[in-house]
Amino acid sequence: MKHTLSVLVENQPGVLSKVSGLFARRGFNIDSLAVGIAEDPTISRITIVVDGDDYIVEQVEKQLNKLIPVIKVKVLEPNRFISYELSLIKVGCNTKQRAELMKIAELMHAHIVDVSTTSLTFQFTDNDERTQTLISLLKPYGIKEIVRAGTLAIEKGPSTARKQTSESM
Amino acid sequence: MISGAEIMVKCLESEGVDLVFGYPGAAICPFYDYLSRSSIRHILVREEQNAAHAASGYARASGKPGVCIATSGPGATNLITGIATAYMDSIPLIAITGQVSSELLGRDVFQEADITGACEPFTKHSYLVKNTADLPRIFKEAFHIASTGRPGPVLIDVPVDMQTAEIQEFVYPQKANIIGYKPRTQGHAMQIKKALIAITEAQRPIICCGGGVVLAGARNELIAFAQNSGIPVVSTMMGIGVIPMDSRLYLGMIGMHGHANANRAMKEADLVILCGARVGDRAVSAPQQMAKKATIIHIDIDPAEIGKNMTAHIPIVGDIRLVLRELAEKVTNIVPEEWITCVLRYKEEYTPAGIPENGTGFVEPRSFIRALSQKMEDNAILVSDVGQNQIWAARNFNVKEGRFLTSGGLGTMGYALPAALGAKLAKPKRQVLCICGDGSFQMAMCELGTLCQNQIPVKIIVMQNDRLGMVWEIQTKKYKGHHIATQLSGSPDFVRLAQAYGIEAAYADCNDEAERLAAKMLASEHAFILVCRVNPDAPTI
Repeated sequence: MKHTLSVLVENQPGVLSKVSGLFARRGFNIDSLAVGIAEDPTISRITIVVDGDDYIVEQVEKQLNKLIPVIKVKVLEPNRFISYELSLIKVGCNTKQRAELMKIAELMHAHIVDVSTTSLTFQFTDNDERTQTLISLLKPYGIKEIVRAGTLAIEKGPSTARKQTSESM
Repeated sequence: MISGAEIMVKCLESEGVDLVFGYPGAAICPFYDYLSRSSIRHILVREEQNAAHAASGYARASGKPGVCIATSGPGATNLITGIATAYMDSIPLIAITGQVSSELLGRDVFQEADITGACEPFTKHSYLVKNTADLPRIFKEAFHIASTGRPGPVLIDVPVDMQTAEIQEFVYPQKANIIGYKPRTQGHAMQIKKALIAITEAQRPIICCGGGVVLAGARNELIAFAQNSGIPVVSTMMGIGVIPMDSRLYLGMIGMHGHANANRAMKEADLVILCGARVGDRAVSAPQQMAKKATIIHIDIDPAEIGKNMTAHIPIVGDIRLVLRELAEKVTNIVPEEWITCVLRYKEEYTPAGIPENGTGFVEPRSFIRALSQKMEDNAILVSDVGQNQIWAARNFNVKEGRFLTSGGLGTMGYALPAALGAKLAKPKRQVLCICGDGSFQMAMCELGTLCQNQIPVKIIVMQNDRLGMVWEIQTKKYKGHHIATQLSGSPDFVRLAQAYGIEAAYADCNDEAERLAAKMLASEHAFILVCRVNPDAPTI
C-alpha cells in the first residue's frame, strides 16, 4: 500500500542524502520523493511516497525522526490530502497532427509549453492515474521524452504538517 | 584572533575532556599543534581503529563521551570499524577527523576520503565543517547529541583550512539548541499505569535487562524494581553485570549462547518486561512468537526500537532510570510462588554439576574463568573480545560491583585490548582484565606498544587454541567438518613477544598453573600477559 509522508527538515547540505541513504539501507522502497524550500526558508519539505505495510510506515516514521536534521514527520491520512505531480512530455508531431494533439491537451487540461515543426511539449499537473491516461493518449504519436517530478501533497482544510510553523507565520 | 584549531582544543577543554586517543597526520596537524599546548592528555595508539575502541572503553568505564582523533583519508577510514562498534552498542563517542582543504573537497586529492558519507550509517550524527565560526556550535551539539537520549558516536570532519582560518573570538555556547532533537526522558504516566496493572495480573512475569540499563546508570533502579516486585531477571549480553550473577532471582543470560534455563524461563513467561533491550537476533531468536504468547512491556529511550523486532503491547518511551524508579516505587510483590519455584528449579536442573576435564596439557577455560572471577576485586572491569572467549567470559565471570565490556552488537574482533586500555585510563584504581582468543589478540596486539609507552597496567589473558574457535565449531557442526581458514598456525610465541615489549608474561597449560599465575598477574603493578593453552576442541558452551 502507498503512503504519503510530509517531512520537514533543516535546510542544510547533506540532509537529502541522509534521508535517501536511510531508505536504501533499511530496505524501504521510495516510490517518489520531492524536495523544496518550505514557508520558512531555513526549512525544507520533503514529500515521500512509500510503498509498504503499516509496519514499514511506522519504521520509516520512527527512523526518520532519529535523524538529527529532521524536524517533523507526518504520515498523511488517506483521503485527507490532495496531491499532484508535474510531468513534461515531448511528443513527435508534424504540422498535420498538431490540431489533434491540441484537442487532447484541451480534453485533459494539459498545457502546451513548447512547439517546433517536429515536436510538441506538454506540461501536465495531476495525479498518477491521470498522467498515465495522458501518456497512453500520446503514445501513438511517438513520445520522445518524459520528465516527471515527485508527488507533492498537502493536507485538506486548515491543518498543516507542523502546527507551530503555521501559527508563527 | 583565534584559529579553528585552537577553538577545537578549547571546545574539548570546555567539555571537560582530559584524555583523547588518536593518531596524527598532515590534515589534522594544526589541531595537534594546539593540543601540544593544552593540559589534555593524548594517547598515541598504533592504528586508528584502536583509538575508537580505546575511546569507547574509556566512555563505557567513565560514563563520559570518549574522544578519538585521526587524520583524513586512511586515518579516517580506519576509524570506521571502531565507530560502527560504538554505534551498535550505543556508546557516546566523539570522532574528530582532519580533512583535505575545503576548496579541494571532491577532487580526489591525496588522502581524501568522504568520511561523513562513509560513516552515515554508523553515526548518530555527523558534521563536515564549512565555516570556522561554526566550530563552537558544532562541538556543543556533538557532545550533546552523543551523550543524551540513546547515546552514540558523532563525527566531526574538519578540513585543514578550517583549522587554520581565524575568527575574532571564542565563545562556547551555554547549551545546544537543536530544533529536531528533543529526546523524551519522562515515561508516559498512562503507560506506566498500564504496565503496573499488567504486572499485577501476570502469573509468570520476567524482567529482561539489556545494555540500556547500564548506559542509563540505572543499576540500582533495576535491582530495586526486581527486589520490590520479586520478579525474576534474565539478562542480554550487554546487560551483564547489572545484577550480580549469584543473586537468587537472577537466571542468567538469554540468547543463542545464553543459559538454557534463562531461555526456557523467558519462553514460558506470560509477561516480559524488556528494559533497554533491543531484542537483537542473538538475544531472542523468534521474537514475534514470544510476543504472541506473552504480554510485552518494552521500556526504551529510543522509540524506533519499540516494535522494530518485537511487537510491544505496552511501550514506554523514556529514560529507563526514571521509569524503573517509578515502577520500583509503585510495584508490589505478588509474583505467584509457583513461578518462582519453577524458574529456580530450571536454574538448578540446567546448571551442570561441574565442567568436565578436557585433556591434560590444557587449561579448561570455563572453570578457569570461574576461579579467576573469585580472585578479582568486586569492582573489577572485565573486557572480553569476540569469539569463544567472549562466551566463556560472559557465562562464567561473576560480575559483582564491576563491569563487563564487550562488543555485543557488531561483534568486533580485536576490540578487547584497546577498549581495556581505555577503561584502565578511565578507572586507574580498578583492576582491568582483558580476555582474548589468539585470533582476536593478533588483530590488536600492536597496541602492546601503547601499553608500554604509557605504562598502562592492563592484565591480558590470551586463550590460545591455534584456531578461530567459534568459526571452527560452526564448520564442525553445520558444514560437515569442512574446516577451512580456521586453523591459526604461524602465531608467534606470545610470551616471548610480550618480553620483547618488556611486558611480563607466562604460559599455563593446566588450571592449577593458570590460577597460580593469575594470582601473580593480579599482584603485579604492571601489564601482564597470561597465555593459556586451550584444547582446540573445547566447546563454546
